[in-house]
Amino acid sequence: MSRNKLMQIVESTQLTKGRDVFNIGDTVDIHVKIVEGDKQRIQIFTGTVISMNGHGTNASFTVRRLVGAQGVERVFPLHSPSIDKIEVKRRGRVRRSKLYYLRDRIGKATKVTEKRGLALATSDAPNDDPRGEAVKPVQAPKKPSADA
Amino acid sequence: MSSATGILGRKVGMTQVFNEAGLRVGVTVLEVGPCKVLQVKDVENDGYYALQLGFGEKKEKNTSKPLQGHFAKAGAKPAPYVGEIRLAAAAEDKQGEEVTVSIFEGVQKVDVTGTSKGKGFAGTIKRYNFQRQRATHGNSKNHRTLGSLGRHMSINKGVPKGKKMPGHMGNAKVTVQGLKVVKIDPDNHLLLIEGAIPGPNGGFVVVNKSIQEKVRKDKEKRPKY
Repeated sequence: MSRNKLMQIVESTQLTKGRDVFNIGDTVDIHVKIVEGDKQRIQIFTGTVISMNGHGTNASFTVRRLVGAQGVERVFPLHSPSIDKIEVKRRGRVRRSKLYYLRDRIGKATKVTEKRGLALATSDAPNDDPRGEAVKPVQAPKKPSADA
Repeated sequence: MSSATGILGRKVGMTQVFNEAGLRVGVTVLEVGPCKVLQVKDVENDGYYALQLGFGEKKEKNTSKPLQGHFAKAGAKPAPYVGEIRLAAAAEDKQGEEVTVSIFEGVQKVDVTGTSKGKGFAGTIKRYNFQRQRATHGNSKNHRTLGSLGRHMSINKGVPKGKKMPGHMGNAKVTVQGLKVVKIDPDNHLLLIEGAIPGPNGGFVVVNKSIQEKVRKDKEKRPKY
């Protein structure tokens, strides 16, 4: 077998499936497994996805949140088994692949990421529901005058 | 169970896997075996115990007639890579039997021998981690030179033997000892070990059970006084 095939065999065992699909600019809840001694508990880290990096087993993403006025960023390996669940709270509408400009902003200015499909999110708020295994990406109805 | 303590294979490449703690670990993927036993060597005939193994496949037309006969005797296809695994005692394996990655079942650590990447003619900074000299302050054309060769006058007669100097680097047989076994995949003949090993992807390697581990276990077996 070719070397590439063999690598794929190894790497395919490392990918986790059935996670929520999310994108840059989304607000997400990351449920992280934390082991303390022989006990395990879940900690939730909520924030905005400001960057996604790499592919395959190497893929990772960065979540930024504000604690008081202090920005906190955490980088997670996308396929890490210590992530129990990823919940998408809010879809963001962004035009960059890296939202590093949020680092220079505090308070309300960090909320520049708009809701995509405002009507959808406010009507029955499906994004706030805990999501199941299969995930349909939220198809946002085009805002009538987004930039107006 | 085979009595082989080692096996031949090739380096597939490096990647990362998650361990039990959920942390990423850099691993090297090796394709090892299945290797046919081409010849069993013993003290009576050869002066030492060993298994001669063949790994990989090559075309018959690219194999010399004498070697074709040698492979045919073991009922094996011509292999581009033939190597020996030394044994402490007479082998239980017979000619023509297969050695697979399952010999590493339950083994914690291994030694990997490969041929390192060639670096060509290298200076002492690259080859032996010498320090470089000053860029300025009057240094005249002696920035990456090796400096003094040692004292010559009365004590030594000329340059000391073994003095580290520029020369060919790499493309040499290198063994890395005590590498952790992360995973064994007998179905695909894969062995995952933690860390890097010498040589390029696709390079041939010999994987042996760790000698350090063996020494440590032998020590534990010894009676304590």
